[in-house]
Amino acid sequence: MIPTALISVLLQHSEGDFWFPSQASKNASSVDELFYFIFYVSLFAFIAICLATAIFAVKYRRGKVGMNPEDSPHHSTAIEIVWSVIPAALMVAMFWYGFKGYVEARSVPADAYEIHVKAKKWDWNYVYPEGVESYGGNPDMNDEGEGLVVPVNTPVSIRLESADVLHSFYVPEFRVKMDVVPGRYTYAWFEAIEEGTYPLYCTEYCGTQHSRMLGKVVVKSQEDFQVWLKAQEVDLATLPPAEAGALLFKKNCASCHTVDGKISVGPHLNGKYGTQEKLADGSSVTVDDNYIRESILDPDVKVVDGFQGVSMTSFANQFSDDEISYLISYIKSIKE
Amino acid sequence: MMPSTNTLDRTNYLNATKGFMSWFWTIDHKRLGLMYLWSVIACFILGGFFAMKIRLTLSGDTAWTDQTPAAMDAYNNAFTVHGAVMIFLVIIPSIPAALGNFVVPIMLGVKDVAFPKLNRFSYHLWIIGALLFVWTLFIGNLDTGWTFYPPYSTGHTDPSVITAVLGAFILGFSSIFTGLNFIVTIHKMRPPQMTWFKMPLFLWAIYATAVIQILATPVIGISLLLILVEKTMGIGIFTPELGGDPVFFQHLFWFYSHPAVYIMILPGMGVMSELFATFSRKPIFGYKSIALSSMAIALFSFIVWGHHMFVSGQSELMSVIFSALTFSVAIPSAVKVFNWIATMYKGSIAFTTPMLYGMSIIWLFGIGGLTGLFLATLGTDVHFHDTYFVVAHFHYVMVGSALFGFIGGIYYWWPKMYGRMADNAMTKIGCLMSFVGFNMTFMPQFIGGSKGMPRRYAAYGPSSGFQEYNEQSTLGAMVLMTGLFIALGTLIWALKKGKKAPANPWGGVTLEWQTPSPPPEHNFEIDPPVVGDPYDMTLCEWKSEEEGFLPRNPRADDPCVADVKPS
Repeated sequence: MIPTALISVLLQHSEGDFWFPSQASKNASSVDELFYFIFYVSLFAFIAICLATAIFAVKYRRGKVGMNPEDSPHHSTAIEIVWSVIPAALMVAMFWYGFKGYVEARSVPADAYEIHVKAKKWDWNYVYPEGVESYGGNPDMNDEGEGLVVPVNTPVSIRLESADVLHSFYVPEFRVKMDVVPGRYTYAWFEAIEEGTYPLYCTEYCGTQHSRMLGKVVVKSQEDFQVWLKAQEVDLATLPPAEAGALLFKKNCASCHTVDGKISVGPHLNGKYGTQEKLADGSSVTVDDNYIRESILDPDVKVVDGFQGVSMTSFANQFSDDEISYLISYIKSIKE
Repeated sequence: MMPSTNTLDRTNYLNATKGFMSWFWTIDHKRLGLMYLWSVIACFILGGFFAMKIRLTLSGDTAWTDQTPAAMDAYNNAFTVHGAVMIFLVIIPSIPAALGNFVVPIMLGVKDVAFPKLNRFSYHLWIIGALLFVWTLFIGNLDTGWTFYPPYSTGHTDPSVITAVLGAFILGFSSIFTGLNFIVTIHKMRPPQMTWFKMPLFLWAIYATAVIQILATPVIGISLLLILVEKTMGIGIFTPELGGDPVFFQHLFWFYSHPAVYIMILPGMGVMSELFATFSRKPIFGYKSIALSSMAIALFSFIVWGHHMFVSGQSELMSVIFSALTFSVAIPSAVKVFNWIATMYKGSIAFTTPMLYGMSIIWLFGIGGLTGLFLATLGTDVHFHDTYFVVAHFHYVMVGSALFGFIGGIYYWWPKMYGRMADNAMTKIGCLMSFVGFNMTFMPQFIGGSKGMPRRYAAYGPSSGFQEYNEQSTLGAMVLMTGLFIALGTLIWALKKGKKAPANPWGGVTLEWQTPSPPPEHNFEIDPPVVGDPYDMTLCEWKSEEEGFLPRNPRADDPCVADVKPS
């Protein structure tokens, strides 16, 4: 191939960011430094073996050497020890620095601000110690969520929980990733050092809309963060029930159910209240308060025809009775 | 006048018996090897079709907006089928079952494997497993990824998981029986003069592979059965609601699937050793360290599985230990590469098609192996895990090294299999195009991955900036596909039109080159063959295009060499 052209491409990182997204967390630079240490060692080794192969192939080609090459040693303990020990030593160094970086990345500072991140098919919800909730917000998704808003220069601890299957919490700019495992809590932490907006990805395959399980992290100055937090404190009980329901719907349901008549993962819900819905088993049911409640708590019992293959997550442990009432009021309120 | 060492005009194993049953019900390891070969090639085309479906879905200006839920399901199905078919039906059986079956007994100078009927049974099991897999494609929408992670696989997706898992279970038995057969064959049937350290390195590699096959495969069998038990009977093993633990499955799964990576790559390394010795016309450099490194890799492969789980929620201490152990596999792999290159030093290097594949692998395995270092290192793996960096890494190892090794091996032993040469300008163009196309496909994925591009996504949003890597990859995949079709075309062409091959066209001194091409039904016309140093290239010398290489000191009773008629 063309090694020189390739190397010059690979070395562009000195001018910018050929390999990595920006470094937006305290931990990011040490990950990148370790990467470049391994990268240069590997690059050297790679060029050495490819060059040796190419040189030998040309120098000892059959056309030049003839069919019977002169005798040469086919074993050398000294050489074999050298080429085992040197790589081994380099690998010890890689392991050691990797270990140190990992310990750093996994040791949550005691004073970290803890946010609970809830993952379910296929969205992210963030619950703050103040009781405020936020969700979604990726620019490629058309939701109205504000994302995971965090203060800059503050260690933030993320407690992860899943309502259904495995997910994984990944923010490339922070170099942070952790699986979200149903049935147990996992955690991650970061300290953002740059204000800005960074994408958040689910990186453990979780079904149909895995590739749409996107969020964003918004890093605000500490003052702006406090202002934002205050503004989010909505007491659902003070709102009209349908409005409270609309808020809950956007955070929890809109990733699968539309209210504009389009079919998404699940049935659309506008104009459904009071109508007859045909079910997968051939029977039909009237969409009333009890049916909506049952579908939220026990979604697999009466599945709408055409959605047999879709398995909705039960919200049995997520909504209070009041919240279910708000949702019913909202669904009642959306007409054609 | 000497009789030709090509038997196409005489009786050989291909024409000795005729008819469908003479193949389907055969116990001849050579015929079974060929049937595996063509079955694997058919599965490779199927898996390749889904690879192209993946690439075409991901590229194009409307890739993001086209993704309705149904289209996303179709994509998820495509990457699952691509992965499962390529791993269970292509790479795992490729070299051991196809080339191994053909070559191992001849290399040992014996008539067949130790248990020929078990060998036939393995193939029939393989066919049943493969059919179940293919059937799964038509009855449902398998979308778990080849990893079958619960609780998604057990509670959240359609029942086609059941047939797929059953298929993989049966394929596992086929693999175990094949491994068992090779272990017994190598232990018990080696000629007395062939001591362990006089065995060709391909046999060492197959032996090491077989050890992994029989020790690790039962674990995946059990794990897959547990999935079935949970899915069909609701017994809680992996699903938290039923009292199970999803991370437990990952341990079981990778306890097999990491060693399985070496089931894929070790035989390729074995082929490499044969290619580099033969086409340098020089004894392999550091024979013992290559032989022992195969065993070291097989051993270490069992204690590194946790490096697939650095972010899974396993304890930090476990991750640290697994990271340290993982580096132990890197050393024997590196040693092999150095040995191959040192073999070329002061050799006589022939640019034949198999050797071109061999030299490509130095480049491809160099990248595949070295990028593994970033993934073994804890600090960097957390960032790379489940991104396209990992996708590129394992394709460089499994396609760039294992599959190229397989194709190189096919070209190397093709004259022996069919008695015709497949080594001309077209075969070399096929190799070159595959090599270039492969790098074009997977090089961009390293960059996308390190920028944070997650894997198993049906589409990437316009604001992510990842789309350009998809476009580059898809372009590369077109070139790669063309190269591979050229390679397949040249092989099919060579079946009828290739030049007739002599017994030893390349100058190898392992035993398979001491019998005519293609071999007679029972492998050798004289019994037993002469066992010498497997890499003492001075044992044969170049004669002519028609006669190839001939033994320097022919045996008087060797009909390949001298026209001695018993009176």
